[in-house]
Amino acid sequence: MPSISKPVAAPTGSQRNDIGLTLRDYEGAMSTLCAGCGHDSITAALIRSLWELSIQPHRIAKMSGIGCSSKTPTYFASGAHGFNSVHGRMPAVATGAAAANRGLHYIGISGDGDSLSIGLGQMSHAIRRNVRMLYVIENNGVYGLTKGQFSASADIGSKLKKGETNQMAPIDPVFLGLCIGASFVARSFSGDKQQLVPILKAALKHRGLALVDVISPCVTFNDHEGSTKSYLYTRKHDKPVAQADLVPPAEEILAPIGPKGVTTITMHDGSVVRFSAVPEGYDPRNRAVVLQYLQERQTQGVIPTGLLYLDESVPDMHEMNNTTDTPLVEVPFESLCPGSGALEKLMEDFR
Amino acid sequence: MPEAHSRVNDFAFKLANVNGTGSASANGLLMQAIFRMGIPVSGKNLFPSNIQGLPTWYEIRVNKDGRTARALDYDLIVAMNAQTYARDVEEVRSGGYLLFDSTWPLDKSLLRPDVVFLGVPFAQLCVENFKEPRERILMKNIAYAGSLIALLDIEMSVVEELLQETFGKKKALLESNHKALKLGYDFARQNFELLPFRLQRMDANGDKILIDGNTATALGALYAGCTVAAWYPITPATSVMESFKSLCERYRKDPKTGKNNFAILQAEDELAAIGMVIGASWAGVRAFTSTAGPGVSLMNEFLGLAYYAEIPAVLVDVQRVGPSTGMPTRTQQADLLSCAYASHGDTKHILLFPANPAECFELAVASFDLAERFQTPVILMSDLDIGMNDWVVPRLTWNDSYKPERGRVLSAEQIEKLGHFHRYADEDEYFVTPRTLPGVSPKGAYLTRGSGHNRLGGYTELPEEYQAVVDRLAQKHRAAAQFVPAPVIDVSRSSRGKGKRGAPFSFVTLGGCDAAVREALDLLAEQGILGDYMRIRGFPFGAEVEEFLNAHDVNYIIEQNRDHQLKSLIILETGIPKSKLESLLYYGGFPMSAGLVVEGYLSAIGKQDGAGARGLGGIHEALSGAEG
Repeated sequence: MPSISKPVAAPTGSQRNDIGLTLRDYEGAMSTLCAGCGHDSITAALIRSLWELSIQPHRIAKMSGIGCSSKTPTYFASGAHGFNSVHGRMPAVATGAAAANRGLHYIGISGDGDSLSIGLGQMSHAIRRNVRMLYVIENNGVYGLTKGQFSASADIGSKLKKGETNQMAPIDPVFLGLCIGASFVARSFSGDKQQLVPILKAALKHRGLALVDVISPCVTFNDHEGSTKSYLYTRKHDKPVAQADLVPPAEEILAPIGPKGVTTITMHDGSVVRFSAVPEGYDPRNRAVVLQYLQERQTQGVIPTGLLYLDESVPDMHEMNNTTDTPLVEVPFESLCPGSGALEKLMEDFR
Repeated sequence: MPEAHSRVNDFAFKLANVNGTGSASANGLLMQAIFRMGIPVSGKNLFPSNIQGLPTWYEIRVNKDGRTARALDYDLIVAMNAQTYARDVEEVRSGGYLLFDSTWPLDKSLLRPDVVFLGVPFAQLCVENFKEPRERILMKNIAYAGSLIALLDIEMSVVEELLQETFGKKKALLESNHKALKLGYDFARQNFELLPFRLQRMDANGDKILIDGNTATALGALYAGCTVAAWYPITPATSVMESFKSLCERYRKDPKTGKNNFAILQAEDELAAIGMVIGASWAGVRAFTSTAGPGVSLMNEFLGLAYYAEIPAVLVDVQRVGPSTGMPTRTQQADLLSCAYASHGDTKHILLFPANPAECFELAVASFDLAERFQTPVILMSDLDIGMNDWVVPRLTWNDSYKPERGRVLSAEQIEKLGHFHRYADEDEYFVTPRTLPGVSPKGAYLTRGSGHNRLGGYTELPEEYQAVVDRLAQKHRAAAQFVPAPVIDVSRSSRGKGKRGAPFSFVTLGGCDAAVREALDLLAEQGILGDYMRIRGFPFGAEVEEFLNAHDVNYIIEQNRDHQLKSLIILETGIPKSKLESLLYYGGFPMSAGLVVEGYLSAIGKQDGAGARGLGGIHEALSGAEG
């Protein structure tokens, strides 16, 4: 993935966040994706989210696998380490890194090929482990880098550019996540920055794995009539159901127990996710209700979007492992090696 | 039998059991008692890939001179498994003994005139003395141990002590064991004379220990300061991680908070396991995984990433018999080539070859140092024999002045001083470039990638930029030859009396073949055939390895695989002429024996008729049918 530096005079905002950084400080190299690619909009939303949350860029670790989506780490937070690993295996690498250093913000960027075909197993187990990370699936229903084959998220009846129709049922990461215990499940659309930015912010605050499926049309191979992952189709069928808003801990929460339709969930650091525009009977805290709602709507051809499900009480990997609070990478060798005396004593067990 | 004819501390016996019946504890008890009597001993557990009902054997060899490689001849066989009775009778050395359960009448066709049959009604004794059906089965094992204590002169006080340590507060169990032991012991004492071979306390074990290689490997990882381990269960590597876990529970709890200074992740498969290790090492900790051949096959893609992106990783391969599922509970050294060049493209890894549990400990620590110094995967090549059998080895010791070799990792201050950080530039004399860890400094940030990259760390598809990096990787791998453990060389046999170094031929081996090959050279020396010895301990091969091979007209490369993988690796990676290299191979799945090496060698030089001899291939054929 060639990286092209951006011109110095790029006209981005000069407004500074709490740690004195501008949006520009969260950018990366120039994107080499196709013009109009949904992934670039997601990158922009990520940049804004990180900036708004005032996260130190070098405290971010950008993880990815292989594919168009996995190029994304190059395009944001150039002050952060990134790891473009192997196809479908980002979750394992991210899990290992998170085990070693729990102090960083892990952002995994994957695609529907990377996560739902070759990497389905790894994604599922990272969800089960509840590794603390933002896990973005840039979902376009198609393999871009190898020029337009169906992916596992292609809907039944969806057509390839050349006319081929998909007959197999799709793997829906939102349903999958909900069924295997995901603690944070969202779906959004790359074209809806208003919705996406708050979701990403809440995801970055979540203590556990935040699964964010973003429909991100592929302008080159899957944006035609007959595709169910095109801009047109998504705009037409997208139905925001659980608009989330992240209120930082410092701000006063005006409606903690809000009027009908407003649900709030307090995050681990004290910030609050406030839901609005929640339909009657929908509860983002109730897994069964969410599953039923989604099933009914998707059968009708509606794509519900928003922060669909959130449970902040599920223990994350480190809590389950009872790992020490200090990141393991910072624990000094002296605390790790029991020394000659202990070995001498232990040897008596082998006599 | 008259005392004068008795052979002291030099014999082998074999216990034939049904697995899942509790024989392992009886056999372990015998082994440990002999060890505590100060006698050099080895125990080889030849077990099936099964939980209950299939044949399993345990072989014990005692030898006052310390020759404890697996024996081929058995002075005594304890035949407790009707399924294998016929072949167990066959394996008794002429003039030897067979101890059997005489509760049932013996099939007359199995009798051998040159073998003494000793019948003890173990089942009957246990039925008469124990109530519970399960106890009756379990205690049969302790009863035969009792008979052996009588027949072989094992010190009862040592056995009592062991039982006390094992059962301590569990009074009922202790009592049952005592009772069963006495049943077997008394019967043997009352009905049989002493055997012409027996045990007698000596002081050969000093303060040595009895330990298996997987436990020792785990101890090495603990002492090296490894904090993240990821794994997927697989025979025979599982106990590496089980040991590591219990050691961490014991030594790695934060004293103040009770929280874990470690994270052990049971992965969904071996791909994920090595991926986690790579992620953790990239983030800056020492991390490792353990597996066997099938796991290594799955890890190939990731190993190539770690090699190319230059990320440390420690992988313990406890080798078993392949290909495919192969024989999971049998031993082999057949992953050499698949590990040396694991992954697609031009890849080469650092391999270390421990010969016993003591070296598992030592080389496990070295693996972490090498992996971090050279920023690359290091594979510790253990095997089932080393990993799962108990070995008598020198007590493990630790030098408190040890400092982990973390390699070229830049601190925030060092990064700050740099104008620009470039991941693959500024190589040192060993072709290693500095790396930075995530989270340390914005100036140290870079994108790690398995795609084509130049020395700056940027993406490239330019031939010269690509080649510059992979050429340096080859140089780096060669440089590692100076750092892997030196070979163990022994030229004492050929130089004996002549004051001159070097024999015309040598035996070259690796890993757990060590004891068998050295014993074979001793046996040949007794016939006036003097050969030199080298045991290779690391790949890439250092200068000493090449010098030794060049100094001999013929080097017999002795290894446990069909395709002479070590020989191939030597041919591929050194300038040694092929004409100087011959192979002696045994790959049937059991540990190596000196007898096989001697007969293989004599057959190779034409001193023994290959067809009739029990050569390396021959014994394999003979033994392979024993698999249950």
